[in-house]
Amino acid sequence: MGEDRVARAPAVGADPLTRATELAAAAVAGDRHALARLLTAIENRTPVAEAALRQLYPTGGRAHLVGITGPPGAGKSTLVAALIAEVRAAGRTVAVVAVDPSSPITGGAILGDRVRMQAYAADRDVFIRSMAARGHAGGLASTTGAACSVLDAVGFDLILVETVGTGQSEVEVASSADTTVVLEAPEMGDEVQAIKAGLLEVADLVVVNKGDRPGAQRTAAQLRAMLVAAPVVGADPADAGRPRPKRPDVLITTAATGEGVPELLAALDRHRAGLTRAPTEDGAPTAARLARADAQVRAILADRIADRLRVAPLADDAAATLRAVAEHRVDPFTAADRLLAAIGREIAS
Amino acid sequence: MTDRPIKILIAKPGLDGHDRGAKVLARGLRDEGFEVVYTGLRQTPEMIASASLQEDVDVVGLSILSGAHMTLLPRICTLIREAGLDDVLVTAGGIIPDDDVPALKAAGVAAVFGPGTTIGEVATFIRANVRPRD
Repeated sequence: MGEDRVARAPAVGADPLTRATELAAAAVAGDRHALARLLTAIENRTPVAEAALRQLYPTGGRAHLVGITGPPGAGKSTLVAALIAEVRAAGRTVAVVAVDPSSPITGGAILGDRVRMQAYAADRDVFIRSMAARGHAGGLASTTGAACSVLDAVGFDLILVETVGTGQSEVEVASSADTTVVLEAPEMGDEVQAIKAGLLEVADLVVVNKGDRPGAQRTAAQLRAMLVAAPVVGADPADAGRPRPKRPDVLITTAATGEGVPELLAALDRHRAGLTRAPTEDGAPTAARLARADAQVRAILADRIADRLRVAPLADDAAATLRAVAEHRVDPFTAADRLLAAIGREIAS
Repeated sequence: MTDRPIKILIAKPGLDGHDRGAKVLARGLRDEGFEVVYTGLRQTPEMIASASLQEDVDVVGLSILSGAHMTLLPRICTLIREAGLDDVLVTAGGIIPDDDVPALKAAGVAAVFGPGTTIGEVATFIRANVRPRD
């Protein structure tokens, strides 16, 4: 058995660059096992993952990334399954990244979103991957964005990212997706809930699911009244850089029966078409994609800084500086500036 | 890499509507620190093999009470190997007569856990037998 594995891909422990190159090439050529292995490397943040992402990132950017978020039990997984059916009927390929929470106690997780989607398990043009959040707050795993980059680069038309069940402020998905769908269930709150800051503000589309339940129409009407009333700022060119609230459409679906799902897919496509008609200048990336780039690079920067401070020659300096802060001999701002300068000298040398 | 969580797929192959045991096991392995993908009831061998591949699990745990284990489990093992997942540990549990165990092991099932097996025994076996990965 061991020989087989060596023949198919470089053995465990092979040079990361070699293995990354082989896995990336195989994944792009349609090898789903290689794709799955790459996603594991990304989740585990191995050297293979970084090498593969460096190679794959330039070929990405074509997929439509859709984030689906909302409270636990609103029907996110069922809606994703219904969307898969609709997207496949249209002849498009689709990947799903479904995130579920990790136990803060044991690190274990139940990844149960697939239960609703298993009907598509054997369809080659559907790829479903569950991810545990592994302690990351915000509704996603810290590596979800990188996983999407790989799925994008291997050519999926649509990538659906399902967050963990969210509360009011897990808005990270909005900076990871082109289009953010916030799912609500009927009777989940009154008009004041609809005007609170947070999750609903980042929605490009709001979907009231379980549309066959009593109160769905009323919930949708309340959401429409409150969300569509958001004032438009930014009409003045001087305001162009100011953050502005979105004005999401409110749709009703019954994911379990598929009711309203064709309309949802059409709305997703319309939103995407609006995004690609570059709003500012020809070919400029959308705000959502700039936000994603910003989040990705910042996260890597933070990792890089942390890595530098963990190993020689800066580890001792970092430990001494932290101790000085703990003893109130140095303030934390001075300490941070000092360590940043040391990293700068280290990089320059 | 031993500090990453072990990822296991728990599936119920075939026409058997009782998943309480599978859910208890899933929950128990979660408490053991495993990442447990649960796929639900009435899974075909093809669905299980495909999900195992996409999820890149270390272990597949098959719960079967229907009596069809001699048909379904070897078929799943074959599909999993054919998909190239030769480093995946396949285990089974449920109502499986002792007489059938040698044939299942020959087909590629690494362990058969009968009634009375504790979650801790299952976790210990998996930790000891999971194949190394990068």
